[in-house]
Amino acid sequence: MKRLPAVLGLIVLAGLLIAPFALKPHGIYLLSMWAVMSIAAIGLNLTLGYAGQISLAQAAFVGIGAYCTAILTTKFGWSFPATFVLGAVLCFVVGWLLGYPALRVQHHYLAFVTLAFTTLVYLVLRNEEKITGGTYGISGIKRPVLLGWATQGARDYYFLCLLVLAVVAFATWWLVRSPWGRAFMALRENPLRASSLGVDTRRYTLMAFAIGSALGGVAGSLYAPLVEFIDPSPFALGLSLNLLLMVIVGGSGYFWGPFLGAIVSVLLPEWLRVADGLYLIIYSVAVMVLMVFCPSGLLGLAERIFKRPKAANAAKVAT
Amino acid sequence: MQLLQILISGLATGAIYALVAVGFMLLWQTSQTINFAQGEFVMLPAFFVLAAMKFGGLSFGWAMLVGLIASLLILGLMFKKLLVDPMLRHGVLPLVISTIAFALFLKEGVKEWYSAEAQPFPAVWATTNIEVAGAVVSVQNLVIIAVAVVAVGTLQWFLAGTRTGRCMQATAQNPGLARILGVRVDRMILYTFLINGALVALASFLISPIYLAKFTNGETLGLAAFIAAIVGGFNQVRGAIAGGLILGVVDNLAAAYISTQYRGAIPLFLLIAVILFRPQGLLGRAEERSV
Repeated sequence: MKRLPAVLGLIVLAGLLIAPFALKPHGIYLLSMWAVMSIAAIGLNLTLGYAGQISLAQAAFVGIGAYCTAILTTKFGWSFPATFVLGAVLCFVVGWLLGYPALRVQHHYLAFVTLAFTTLVYLVLRNEEKITGGTYGISGIKRPVLLGWATQGARDYYFLCLLVLAVVAFATWWLVRSPWGRAFMALRENPLRASSLGVDTRRYTLMAFAIGSALGGVAGSLYAPLVEFIDPSPFALGLSLNLLLMVIVGGSGYFWGPFLGAIVSVLLPEWLRVADGLYLIIYSVAVMVLMVFCPSGLLGLAERIFKRPKAANAAKVAT
Repeated sequence: MQLLQILISGLATGAIYALVAVGFMLLWQTSQTINFAQGEFVMLPAFFVLAAMKFGGLSFGWAMLVGLIASLLILGLMFKKLLVDPMLRHGVLPLVISTIAFALFLKEGVKEWYSAEAQPFPAVWATTNIEVAGAVVSVQNLVIIAVAVVAVGTLQWFLAGTRTGRCMQATAQNPGLARILGVRVDRMILYTFLINGALVALASFLISPIYLAKFTNGETLGLAAFIAAIVGGFNQVRGAIAGGLILGVVDNLAAAYISTQYRGAIPLFLLIAVILFRPQGLLGRAEERSV
């Protein structure tokens, strides 16, 4: 039984590697989008699932990353990797500066500050036409050539997204198992106890938030060349709420939660095209029902279903 | 005299924000519900009225009554029984998520089942202007201010002057102790949800003639309610009122004198400044922290 997750993981990975050879360009585009959104959701999961802070700024960080890459590559001729790193660092710093005042006070102030921040960033992107192109956006964002590997083709760019996702996933996996990750979880479970055990609560929460923000920037940097044209509208509050739903629906605090959440949010609407306008209505009802019966998300639900028979068996053996 | 005009229209907008913010804050106080659907709650009652007129063939007056009852039942009673009650034991976050989902549901529902276009909404009063001390003031704005003042005054009297109102305040301050003293806490929480239903319906009837009824109206209104509640002070009714009025006036002044493009940004700076320097809000008291 213990091998099952590993086997399942290998099958999924093989599927992800083979899929682009069987799919049409639009299918590959969707898979790439899934990878990008997964990265952003992994970042939010660090903030929300591990450190227990509600952030509504993830869309703004995706936007900052995307515009950083778009502006610097099209107007200043920077190379993609440089803008990619700069985007991540920029988001880390902005995240730190934003979280610093908000985390002085408890409760849900981070949610409100980040909500305001997302709207502010959107306004700046829309109004500063000289830099961001305003509502006309920026077009002609080229996909990069990396060490002689041209990623112009949909399939090649998909593999780039997948590679970044793998690196991010591995780094996060390592992070949540490190002492830092354990401190993050201690914050979520019992902040009072964590601080009495010598965990500098505020610094660690801030760190989780800043790292999560940086991953938003990474996702944005990949997003811009993927769609090749960006305007401010995708980075409004709607995306933040959508990313929040991804993390929660998948299962916040579960390592695989964001991956699953991104599938539900990116791929499912495509498969349910027939439902069209009704899709969002069905989705929202499903989220409400899920929250009532299983607030720990789909993975929490799966855990409950698969663990229960085992517990029952154990009880039988004991009697 | 332009300033006077701007102030009056600012106060009118602010009065509507205040109504929405008061409801928002009451829910937060009594049941820790951060209602991310509050803006959509204001958007919806106008559509109840329009639907009652279109499909039920009712006159505007009766349709407004139907709209009020529908929002009491759906946005008050059903919202509490079906969404908030089963979720309270899971803590704050799942409830936040489901109000976000509920907002999405209301928005898409209206778009799908009524219309994606902005709908004209009749006004109960004349839309003429009168001249006061050299300034042109629309009657509409004066009516809005008057209605809001009466509504908030009644609410204040109810909360401070009646037994039920004081029981509600006790519930908000300390539900455990209130229960021990024989207050029927659950019923008091239900009352706050009903009051919120009535407040959003009122706000909806006041604002829809100006901005037209559209399914996306809730986005800006919800944000305004948040900002008003936080700026004024999260733990007091008069804080939310002050926050709403300040927000309305600042918004209108910013649009007139600073920049129409960044009009939306000024309230956000106000919000961030308040959280930085006075997190309990302008009129709020600092809450004791458990951590």
